[in-house]
Formats: sequence, structure tokens, C-alpha cells
Amino acid sequence: MDLSTINPVLLIASLMVAATPIMLAAIGELVVEKAGVLNLGVEGMMIIGAICGFAIAVETGSPLLGFVAAAVAGAVLSLLFAFLTQILLANQVASGLALTLFGLGLSALIGQSYAGIKPPPTPKIDIPLLSDIPILGPILFGHDLMVYFAILLIAAVWAVLKYTRLGLILRAVGENHDAAHALGYKVVRIRILAIMFGGACAGLGGAYLSLIRVPQWTEGMTAGAGWIALAIVVFASWKPWRVMLGAYLFGGVTVLQFNLQAAGVNIPVQYLAMSPYLVTILVLVIMSSSKARSAMNAPAALGRIFHATH
Amino acid sequence: MLRLEKRPTPSKAWTIATPVLAVIATMVAGGILFAILGKDPVEAIKIIFWDPLFSEQFASYSRPQLLVKAGPLILIAIGLSFGFRAGIWNIGAEGQYIIGAITGAAVGLAFYPAGGWYIFPLMVVAGAFGGWLWAMIPAILRTRFNTNEILVSLLLVYVAEHIMSAMSFGLLRNPEGHGFPGSRNFRDYDVAANPELITGTGMHWGVVAAFIAVIFAYVVMTRHIMGYQIILAGQSPRAARFGGVNPNRLVVLCFAISGVLSGLAGLFEVTGPAGQITTDFNQGYGFTAIIVAFLGRLHPVGILLAGLLMALTYIGGDLAQLMLSLPKPAIQAFQGMLLFFLLAFDMLVNFRIRLAKSEAA
Repeated sequence: MDLSTINPVLLIASLMVAATPIMLAAIGELVVEKAGVLNLGVEGMMIIGAICGFAIAVETGSPLLGFVAAAVAGAVLSLLFAFLTQILLANQVASGLALTLFGLGLSALIGQSYAGIKPPPTPKIDIPLLSDIPILGPILFGHDLMVYFAILLIAAVWAVLKYTRLGLILRAVGENHDAAHALGYKVVRIRILAIMFGGACAGLGGAYLSLIRVPQWTEGMTAGAGWIALAIVVFASWKPWRVMLGAYLFGGVTVLQFNLQAAGVNIPVQYLAMSPYLVTILVLVIMSSSKARSAMNAPAALGRIFHATH
Repeated sequence: MLRLEKRPTPSKAWTIATPVLAVIATMVAGGILFAILGKDPVEAIKIIFWDPLFSEQFASYSRPQLLVKAGPLILIAIGLSFGFRAGIWNIGAEGQYIIGAITGAAVGLAFYPAGGWYIFPLMVVAGAFGGWLWAMIPAILRTRFNTNEILVSLLLVYVAEHIMSAMSFGLLRNPEGHGFPGSRNFRDYDVAANPELITGTGMHWGVVAAFIAVIFAYVVMTRHIMGYQIILAGQSPRAARFGGVNPNRLVVLCFAISGVLSGLAGLFEVTGPAGQITTDFNQGYGFTAIIVAFLGRLHPVGILLAGLLMALTYIGGDLAQLMLSLPKPAIQAFQGMLLFFLLAFDMLVNFRIRLAKSEAA
């Protein structure tokens, strides 16, 4: 075992990459839950995004088009969920599960001819002077565009929720749909749009996995990332910046266990590999045990079915 | 404009009709999917739903497979149905199934090569215990710390899968296996094996357990106070609390039932059809069982039928893979679609569709 092979600068730089897919999916789900809808299909939308983004990027040679396709695919799949839960008033837990099961199957079907191919590389932006700064350079300025896009998205969601009319309406729908309806807001329409936004974000997160993080396509490659994103929303008490914190925490554990594996720590690989899931559970327990914090922040209408009778 | 009007009580007729409608709709949509893949849709549907049972060429092999595959699905789905009825979501049955298989197999392997009638029963107890233990983690975290049981039970599936891999490479690896991962095969260790009980039927102890579970669930749900409390808690948690139902006790109870049954399913699978602990013996029954539970309307008899139907899609899928080179994941997508249609048609049970008159404002 040689822990000195672990380079802290590289560790933090790769932590940011490892956190990005989860961050994208989690911020999307945060908006969905803020609108009062619990979509457990994040894993399914992520993996559909992963394969659609991968396929389009390979066919066109453009990673950018890949990401666009992934967002569209995620949003289209989420429409299925929106139709079931908002129009047909189906149970949200079961519909989300259906979305995940279906997404996993469909992605494997689409992805059959894409196994073992390398996607076109996504360029890293390299700002000449900034990325040469020791320590800070590689950590802050040596990434691909999506890393910054994810952070910008968090800032945007935070600003919209806090400062705009749109954000206020979204929160009103999530806190009390009957009151929002009485005020004349289109509860169902707003929720469907929120669900599609969540789907697009999950799709982007999935494509980040298959195009940049891994980068290749393997069946079931999201490996629970969607579920961890759901957990991070709870961890964040539905606050955008805390989603970033949660994603970095998760990214840190993931990267650290990879580094420990590489350094040859005397623990079987499998026990290291399960650590991100265990840490996620631990964090969930800590957050939910203090009742005041979690219960007060959860959108009051979360998971409840809205049926307008008037 | 169409408008939904809530029914005063759920429609009995639609409750029975919707699963049938969902299956038909899935066949149509699945046919379209297969046509897109360039296969003859009618032929594909016939191979999946008809040939495994009635084709002269394949039926002798695939008919017994029906019980082999339906056994674990029914066993797990019966367990899940208790919780789902009460609004308690254990979606990590796959993990409980894996851990049950590991603990049960470990007890059996510890006795190797001793003989004795008591070994297999001990393994069954250990398997049930393992599944129970794994299910208790989300249950206790929920009741003690108010942690979301959906996320914890699901995340524990990934932990269980890593443990399964660690076991097949480490502790439970066959010492005479030339270094390959995987435990000893129970087919070579008679007193710990779960063989076919009646030749040519596919009947093994797991299938027997599944039938017993169906009867047990039916009695509990219709005749016992516990079933009444579960149904009450699902329909109105507030009313249930006033009626003296302890919600925490119910969570622990529902998780315990599904954990034990999933663990048993794992043990019977690993000692029978799978034969050994490997890195991928698990087959995903724990997730498919969720579809089975819903397709069976969370009713014991319904689950029995749904389990058989779902087993048929597995066998038919394998057959279609062989005959039409239909890709394996197509069946997984097909099964997912079934749950979609089921949830969509469910609306008919609780709502009436009315033509809304244009309201004069």
C-alpha cells in the first residue's frame, strides 16, 4: 500500500468530474420535487440519456449534438411519467419505478450495437494562463464545459426559485396545489413542464457518464447514480447550493475509493466499491434524523395527486 | 372535452379487467416494438406467449421452466404486496433475495461434506434470516430516524450485489474450483440441494413455498386483523392511527414479511436452478416481482396468475432470442411496458370518464 501515490490536486480535479452527472440529475429532480412531484424514474431517464447521447455523438461525431439529444430523450421519456401521473392520476412511486425498469430495458436494446466503441472526445477548455496556476489551475480551470454548465445550472435554478415570479409559482404549486389552482395557476401544466426539465437534466447527466466520465457505453452503466441523485435532493433539504455540496461529497467518496483501489489498500475491491452507497445511506440517515431540518423543508404537496374538481 | 369523475368506490369489474387490458395493450405495443426491430410481430408474440406451452418441439423443455421461474417471482411479489397495500415501499427485494441466498448457502457450505437430514432445513432458516436481516435495515432506519425507506432499500441492492461479488471471489469460493469465482455447486452436494421434486414439472421446494405463501397471504388479508390493519393503513393512514394501528409496527412487520420471503426465494434459487453463488446468479427477480405484484393487483390469487404470466415472458423471451434472434433486452423493455399500461388503465378503476359539457361561464 502506498498512499503517497494519491495526488490531492488530481483527486479534487477528478472529484469535480465524478460529481457532475449526479449534480445535473439532482438539480433537475429538485425542480420536479419543488413542484410537488416525486419522480423515482431518474435512473431510467439517466440511462436513456446516456445511450441516446452516446449514439447521436457517435453517429454525428459531435459531442454537443449528443448532449442535446440526451436532454431531448430524457425529456421525452419523462413525458410518459407526466402523462401517467398528471393526466391519468396514477401513483407516482409506482410510475417512477416503471420508468426506471422500462428505461433500463430500452437503453440496453438501443445500445446493443454501441458496446465497445469510443465516443468522439469532448474538448477540455484550456484557458492559457489560468490553467497554468499551480494547484488551483488544474482544479478550477482544466475541465470540460459541462462541469461549468452544471454549476451554472445550479446558480440559475437557485436564482429562479428565489427571485422570480416563475419560481414563486413553481413553489406555490409544490406547497399547496389546491390554493395555487384557486389562484388560477395551471397546476398540471406547470408540473408537466417541471417534470420535463427534470428529465432533460437527468438525460444530460447520463450523457456525461457515457461521453466524458467513462467514456463508453455499457449496459446498466448508471449503476444507481439516479438513486443517489434522489438521495442528494433529500440531503440538500431541497436547497440548490446544497445539491452541489452533496454531489461533491459523493464525488469525493467515489474518487477516493478508486484511488485507494489503485494504491493497493488491503481491502477487497468490492468493499471499497460499495462505499459510495453506504455513505449515501449514512448521510440520508443523519439528515432525516433531525426532524426539524428535513420535514420542514420538504414541499408540502410532494407526491400527492392533484385532481381539480372545479 | 373529456373529464375524469371520481367513483365513490373503486369499480370491481375494472379491477379485474384492467390487468387483462394491459396485457393486450402490451402485446400490441410490443408487436410494434418488434416490428421496428425487423421481426414479424405476430410470429414474435406467438413465440413468446404460445409456443413455450403448446409447441410440440419446445413445450417439453419449457413447461417445467414455467414453475421454476414463477416460483421466486410469486414468493417475492407476495411479500411485497403486504407493504405496497399499506403504502410502505420496499423496492430492494433484489438485495434481500441476494443476501438470503448468501447466508443460506454459507450455512450449507459450512457443513460440507457432512451428511444429515437437518442441513437443508437449517439452510432454509438461514436464508429467511438473511433476507429478514437485510430488510430490517431500511425498516429500522425508517422507524428510528424517519429515513426514506424507498431510497435506502434500493441503495442496499447495490451493496448486496458487491457483497455477492466479494463472496464469490473470497469467502465462499470453491476451493476446488481452479481459482474461478463462484461457490461449490449444490448439485454435487445432495443433502443441501433443492432438486426437482417431481420429474418433468419443474416443481421444487421454492415453488411449494410460493404456493404456501399465496394461501397464507390470502388468509391473512381476508381473515386476520393484520390484513385489515394493512389495508386500512393504505387507504387512510389517519383513520388507521385513530383505530389503534401502530404505524411503526406495521413498517417493521411489512418489511419483515417481504424480507423473509425474498430471502427464501434466494435460498431456493441458489440451491436449485442456479446451483451456486456466482457474481451474477441473481437474475433480477426482485425487480420483476414489483411488476408481478402490481399486475396481480396486490391480491394473492392475482399475483399467482401474474407470476405465471411473467415467467412465460421470460421463457418466451429466451425462445424468441433463439428462434428470431430477438435481442435479450427487448423482453426487459416489454416487461417494463406492461407496468406502464397497467398504471395507465388503473385510472378506469377509480375514475369515470365523462364528456364534459362546455360550461357557460
